[in-house]
Amino acid sequence: MKVHEYQAKELFTQYGIPVPAGKAAFTVEEAVEAAQDLNLPVVVKAQIHAGGRGKGGGVKLAYQKKEIEQYTRQILGMNLVTHQTGPEGKKVGRLLIEQGINIDRELYFSIVPDRASASVVIMASTEGGMDIEEVAAKTPEKIIKCFVNPLLGIQKYHLRELAFGLKIPNKAMKSFGSMVEGLYTLFMKKDCSLVEINPLVITAEEEIVAADAKLDVDSNALFRQKDIIAYRDTSEEDPLELKASEYDLNYINLDGNIGNIVNGAGLAMATMDIIQAAGAKPANFLDVGGGATSEQVEKALSLILEDENVKGVLINIFGGILRCDVFAKGIVQAAKQAGITVPVVVRMEGTNVEEGRRILDESGLSLQTAEDLADAAQKIAAIVA
Amino acid sequence: MSILVNSGTRLLVQGITGKEGMFHTGQCREYGTNVVAGVTPGKGGQNVDGIPVYNTVKEAVIESTANASMIFVPPAFAADAIMEAADGGVELIVCITEGIPVVDMLRVKNYLQGRPTRLIGPNCPGIITPGECKIGIMPGAIHKPGGPIGVVSRSGTLTYEVVHQLTCLGIGQTTCIGIGGDPVNGTNFIDVLAAFEADSDTRGVVMVGEIGGSAEEEAAAYIKEKMSKPVVGFVAGLTAPPGRRMGHAGAIISGGSGTGQAKVKAMQENGLHVCENLGQIGEVSAKAFVAVI
Repeated sequence: MKVHEYQAKELFTQYGIPVPAGKAAFTVEEAVEAAQDLNLPVVVKAQIHAGGRGKGGGVKLAYQKKEIEQYTRQILGMNLVTHQTGPEGKKVGRLLIEQGINIDRELYFSIVPDRASASVVIMASTEGGMDIEEVAAKTPEKIIKCFVNPLLGIQKYHLRELAFGLKIPNKAMKSFGSMVEGLYTLFMKKDCSLVEINPLVITAEEEIVAADAKLDVDSNALFRQKDIIAYRDTSEEDPLELKASEYDLNYINLDGNIGNIVNGAGLAMATMDIIQAAGAKPANFLDVGGGATSEQVEKALSLILEDENVKGVLINIFGGILRCDVFAKGIVQAAKQAGITVPVVVRMEGTNVEEGRRILDESGLSLQTAEDLADAAQKIAAIVA
Repeated sequence: MSILVNSGTRLLVQGITGKEGMFHTGQCREYGTNVVAGVTPGKGGQNVDGIPVYNTVKEAVIESTANASMIFVPPAFAADAIMEAADGGVELIVCITEGIPVVDMLRVKNYLQGRPTRLIGPNCPGIITPGECKIGIMPGAIHKPGGPIGVVSRSGTLTYEVVHQLTCLGIGQTTCIGIGGDPVNGTNFIDVLAAFEADSDTRGVVMVGEIGGSAEEEAAAYIKEKMSKPVVGFVAGLTAPPGRRMGHAGAIISGGSGTGQAKVKAMQENGLHVCENLGQIGEVSAKAFVAVI
């Protein structure tokens, strides 16, 4: 789950990581009021769940009082397009009004879990403010990596490696160390899957300040992160995906023309690939789970049919524990409830498949049964031809 | 022969009294697995269809001499259950539970370092040696006993699809393992590939990967360097968009790494027989294994 910059900075403050003074604002009035307590210049920052906001015009520095209101009016409500939002952009509904800082150097700092080493890796670079993937590709020697054993936690030598590697000024050494420790503690305590500060600023006064903050939380851990759930901003989510999450369906909306319902994530991905190979484009990813019920299939089908781009649907089920005949009854019921408006191809395999196919054939619904995956692909190709 | 599990495996089930645990314990038993004990804290002394239930793994292992454990404990308590099983002296742990926080798995993985315990999963369908022992939630009937092909996969139903196609073409399996869809897991592709290479009855391997991480790339390099047996490779998620978690917590393309295309390329460059369309994995396997089966 993603949170906004201002929310991440609230968490930073709780863990002793220095951030510029600032306040979130939802209206122009709130923004102007929030700026009352700050000195000029003031930064007006769009709060959306995507990076690249500055280049897209979503971050402005106000040197005069009147500019604060002017920029706020510009940014609030604008459709912000960045390289991460896609061409459709995102509507800005929240701002962060923040104290401008006197930047001397910009660093990069992040913490992520590392799959291969099963450790927590701290990455830092003197090349802050830039796209870190680009730094990693062009000048990998400029990235410092510390691998922290999660059973032992962060050690003093990690702090030294980072501080000397980043050429932290003497005056800021101590605050840098406690910032790193605070950030690591936050990462572990809040079940983060990413904490990123880009840039981490060393000010002209030789102080450390997190000028930006990005924080993602492991969705699997939300059961024990109640305060993080309160940060959820549903306006950032795709309306169909939001609905799917209410139904407990694992759904991702894509921009294709063939909807699909599959049991199991791996098989769902492979089914999307088959759709593409057949000359169509998958309209979604949807995993109804290994033990899907007919109710869930019904909800899945009605959800997919809500997508206006969908020209056809492929249902691909491998019945194991879930028997094909039981599943077929579910599909028939779902199709009757949801009302099919486009061709639906059903490919079933596994336990009791003959009985399942018979149920579909005798249902009187215009469902096309596919013999195997190749047949399913052909039937999909025919729909979009 | 087979790898990791066989007719000598003595299974205990952690979370045996839950709905899922009870159902799948029955299914495993029906398939022929020797289920010797169950563990549910607070329910010690009871039994599930004659299987004695204990409060702790240690107690269960002492009483039943179980050497493998299947875990159906909810995500919030699963990491603890894995560590309890390892400390109890269980040699093989198969964790079916989906949705364990990554931070918990980071701790578990480090905890297991240096211990003589192997973990399969979490978030996996389990492991089966057809005709001998099934530990997990896979449908037993689709498998064909007697080998000669080993199957290893990050997925569940996708593995069933692959196994089913092999069985339909008369190609049996030595052992099939789902290593799970989480970013941090116990056994990885290379562990399983090494075991298949060492198993005299396994004459070829089908490896089923998906987007996210770099496990497929590392496995492909390993195959080129260390394996004499033919390997068929498949990768799911070639059309998956970056930055989105495709169901499995581990299936996410981040920062340009973990793409399906890079994995297919690594497989091709390292001499795997790559199948690009799931519908043909049976045929591609039959062709690739023609000299060994």
